[in-house]
Formats: sequence, C-alpha cells, structure tokens
Amino acid sequence: MNIVVCVKYVPDAQSDRTFNEADNTTDREGVEGLLSEIDEYAVEEALKLAESGEGEVTVVTVGPDQAVDAVKKALQMGADKAVHVSDEAIHGSDAAATSLILAEAIKKAAGGSNPDLVLMGMSSTDGVMGVVPAMVAERLGLPQVTYASELTLEGESVTIRRDGDAASETIVSSLPALVSVTDQINEPRYPSFKGIMAAKKKPVDTWTLADLGVDAGQVGLDAAWTKVTSFAKRPPREQGQIVTDEGDGGTKLAEFLSAQKFL
Amino acid sequence: MAEVLVLVDHAGGKIRKATAELLTIARRLGEPSAVFIGPNAETAQVTLAKYGAHKVYVYDAPDALEYLVAPQAEILASVVEKTSPLAVLIPSNSAGKEIAARLAVRTESGVITDAVDVVAGAEGVETTQSVFAGSYTVKATVTKGAAIVAVKPNSVPIEPAPAAGAVEKIEVTLSDAAKAAKITESKPKAATGRPELTEASIVVSGGRGTGGDFGPVEEFADSLGAAVGASRAAVDAGWYPHSNQVGQTGKQVSPQLYVAAGISGAIQHRAGMQTSKTIIAINKDEEAPIFELVDFGVVGDLFTVLPQATEAVKKAKA
Repeated sequence: MNIVVCVKYVPDAQSDRTFNEADNTTDREGVEGLLSEIDEYAVEEALKLAESGEGEVTVVTVGPDQAVDAVKKALQMGADKAVHVSDEAIHGSDAAATSLILAEAIKKAAGGSNPDLVLMGMSSTDGVMGVVPAMVAERLGLPQVTYASELTLEGESVTIRRDGDAASETIVSSLPALVSVTDQINEPRYPSFKGIMAAKKKPVDTWTLADLGVDAGQVGLDAAWTKVTSFAKRPPREQGQIVTDEGDGGTKLAEFLSAQKFL
Repeated sequence: MAEVLVLVDHAGGKIRKATAELLTIARRLGEPSAVFIGPNAETAQVTLAKYGAHKVYVYDAPDALEYLVAPQAEILASVVEKTSPLAVLIPSNSAGKEIAARLAVRTESGVITDAVDVVAGAEGVETTQSVFAGSYTVKATVTKGAAIVAVKPNSVPIEPAPAAGAVEKIEVTLSDAAKAAKITESKPKAATGRPELTEASIVVSGGRGTGGDFGPVEEFADSLGAAVGASRAAVDAGWYPHSNQVGQTGKQVSPQLYVAAGISGAIQHRAGMQTSKTIIAINKDEEAPIFELVDFGVVGDLFTVLPQATEAVKKAKA
C-alpha cells in the first residue's frame, strides 16, 4: 500500500498572524510556523495503516524554505520519506494553484500514477477554507471521501464514518481514493527520541515546479483566480459589562437580553 | 441582466434558510436562478420563487444524492457551462465548500469561501471574509471565470421578492468517477427540536466548566429557541457530539447572540465564534480570556446563573 499524506506549514495560531502590506498575502516569514495541527491526524492515520500491513508513507508539502519543518515533523513521527515542493514562483498561489502543484507532486511521488491512498487534514489552521482536498481529488480524478472520523481499509475499498450535521454517515469508496480526516479519527503520536534521530537519515526530496512539469505562469499571485483587494485588522471588541454573581447573576443576564431585544 | 446561480440547500425539498439568504444576496448582483438537485422540486419551487428565483433548474434523478459531493459539482458545472453566470452562490457549509471547490477547478473559476458579505463592487463581485480567528477582515474579488462564492449562513436578513420561478429540467449523465464514493448508511441524528447549529440566530455553548452536565446549557438554549454548541474540551471529553463543536476544528458560527458557558475562550474556540454579533459569557474564572470578547459577562457558577436566567427568560416570554 502506497500512501501519500499532504501537509501544510502554517503560521502558529497562538502568534499574531498578519498579512504582507506589499501584496496582501499571508505573512509566513515574520511569525513562527509549524505543521498544521489537523494534518498530524492525517499523518498518524497513514502510519497506523502502514504499520498494520505492508505500506510506505510519503509526506508532501508545498511552501517556502521553512515549510520543510512540517515534513520533518512527519518524518519524526514515522513517515518513510518526504517531498518539499519549493519554488519562488509559488508565492501567493491560491487554493486552485496549490491543488495543481499538490496533484502533480502526489503523482510524481507515487511514481507517475495515483497512489493507493491520499490522506489530508480536513482544513488548515490558517486559511481554513477546507477546499484543497476536494480540488486535488477533482484534479487527480479520484473519489473524494472527506471529514472521516473513522477509517477502515478492506481489500480494494475504503470505508469511513463521519458525523454530518443531520446524520452520521458511512461512505464506501473504491481505491485509489483521497480521504480527508478530522481530529476525531485518532490521537497523533509524539515523535520519540528514536524517531527524531531516525528522521535525520530519511530522504527529503526538494522539487521545483520544473521538476513537476508545472508552468510557473499557472501559479503564484499573478495567476490566482481570486484577489485580496484589501485587509483590515478588526478593532478589538470593546469589553462589555462584567458582573460578579452575587445571587442575581442570572437575573442580570436576562435583563441584558431583554434590553438588547433578544426576548 | 447577468444571471446569478444559487445552489439550493434543502432537506427533501424543504428549503433551508441559507438558500433564501443566498437568493436575497443574488438579487444585488443580477438575476437569481436556483439550481435544485433532488426530489420534491415542486415543493421547493414555490419557496424559491417567493425569494426571487426567476428560473429554477431542476435535476431530480434519484442518483445524485446517493454519493458525496462530486455529482452535485458535475450538475452545477453543466448549468454554469450553459448559462455563463456572473456568479454562483453556495452555502458555506462543509459540503457546499467542497462543491464550490470542485466546480472552481472544473470551470476554471475563482472560488471564495466563508464570505460574510457579497456586493457588486467596482471590480465585479466583491466579498468580505473574516480571517485569522476573526482578527482581520479581508475583501476579495474573483478575477477568472464565474465568481464562485460560498456564503456563511446569517450573513443577510432574508427579503422576499416574488419572481416567476420557471422550472427548467437539467439532463446530465454523471461520470463513473463521480459515483465512486457512495453513502451506504445515513443514521439521522436524534431530533432535538433545536435549530441547526450553523444556521441558528442564537447559540448557547458549554465547555469544560459543565463538568459533563449539559442540562443547564440545554435548558437555557431551549428557553431562547437556540442551538447548542460545545467547546473542543467538552467534545474531547466525550460530553457532547463532535458535530456540535464550535471552533477551529469544528463549526464556525456567526449568530446574532452567542452564549459561552464554562468556556475559557482559547484561540481554538474563538476562531469559531468571534464574529458573533453579541457575545455573553458565564465563567467562574474572572481571568478567563473569553471575557475580553463579551458584551456582557457574569463571573459565577453556570449551575446557578443559567437556571436563574432560564427562569427569568421564561417569565419574560410568557
């Protein structure tokens, strides 16, 4: 079983995330970054599947130089090899262009065709659009099985369970397939000391757009199909009225609701 | 006038509120047409016409909804190819965003998700989004193809504007690839009688401070006709279903009123509720970061404050 996991290097949500004044893109330089949290669950699921049978786990990321930290974390957790697609032309790429680069990288990493399984987190913690899995599936012509909170492989098919808004669903798909996971699917492991040492010897391939056969004109800020025209920091919410409950906190709360015309 | 497509979100033909909101927005941009996929189109047509749909494109073969989103994206793509619309508006829920994503790649059009406002700007369709856990407001436009915009529920007040709602059937042969991921079982959630979390105009959420007892949270929610949410801590502890989780790894909600009970207000949670219009918190810890966001806060025990508030609300409503 050949599994490719796509991961993203994101600005730490605990830090002050911001934009570049020059081109309205996410500032990835001035802030600490890390492996997007939900992607750890995708890596963990891939490792579990590989460990329960024969399998190889390849981790793929697209991003600037420091994005290699995201795949290194995955290698420390136990992934076999990694690919980092890095090219100056990628800066400012939108989700559609990112999905194009990822799709080509996935195919190349799997030896020219689709791997048995592509795993991703349901969304990143910075963009939070949650559209890249669907876009990559569309580009690779793969069935897309998203928001998995349980996953089982059986022969040539994958079965997942997910909690929808109205129903709990079971979905069955043939392989190869692309599955995105939620943080309910497992408990990601921490890299062990042994894992951290072993990761230093694992191969990390760095590919450019040319290596993938992607024309630089198809990606980047100028090729984006959407454009951020302006951004503004929201004024901090003014702190409202805080009362300490002295036996009438609930009554005061109801009075506030009434004054605000919620009742 | 340019055509603007609205993908109808419905349950067995019953239109969800988000669809009426999208039709209201579509009228600002051009002439709204609805795209309806599924059974009971006749029921839906009446409501869609009421909210301004000039045309209702209908795909009613039973196969489309047996699979995950790919068939809906194919059907919508065929309507886009036929009509060359100015924009396609889709509800910004998990399925809606995926349909938007696939449609964008298929039709080579720009896609914007989680929009909280959409207007006709100088450079075409202009959207407003709230990003980085609500700390920034971003305006964006689509520069290629139809503007595919997934819009968050509760972004606009609904306004009826009766139109013809002329039905036009769509014939599409779904590809085999679109029919690869089949929904084999769907267990409906036990009916709570409460509104759907992302659509509700009031949400009452409980967190670690409930200690697992959501009784007071649910009773207060019911007195207000609100949906019930939960923090990640409460969901991870197994106290409430993941589908009710509000936050970065759960649902993003933007109701008129959000009440956080026993929730400290970590960034993970704030990312899911910070754009709510009015925010109330009840927490024992006066240092809890949630109090930085509130319009009204009570430092106290939710197990005494909420029941008292519930009684007062019931009395006021009676």
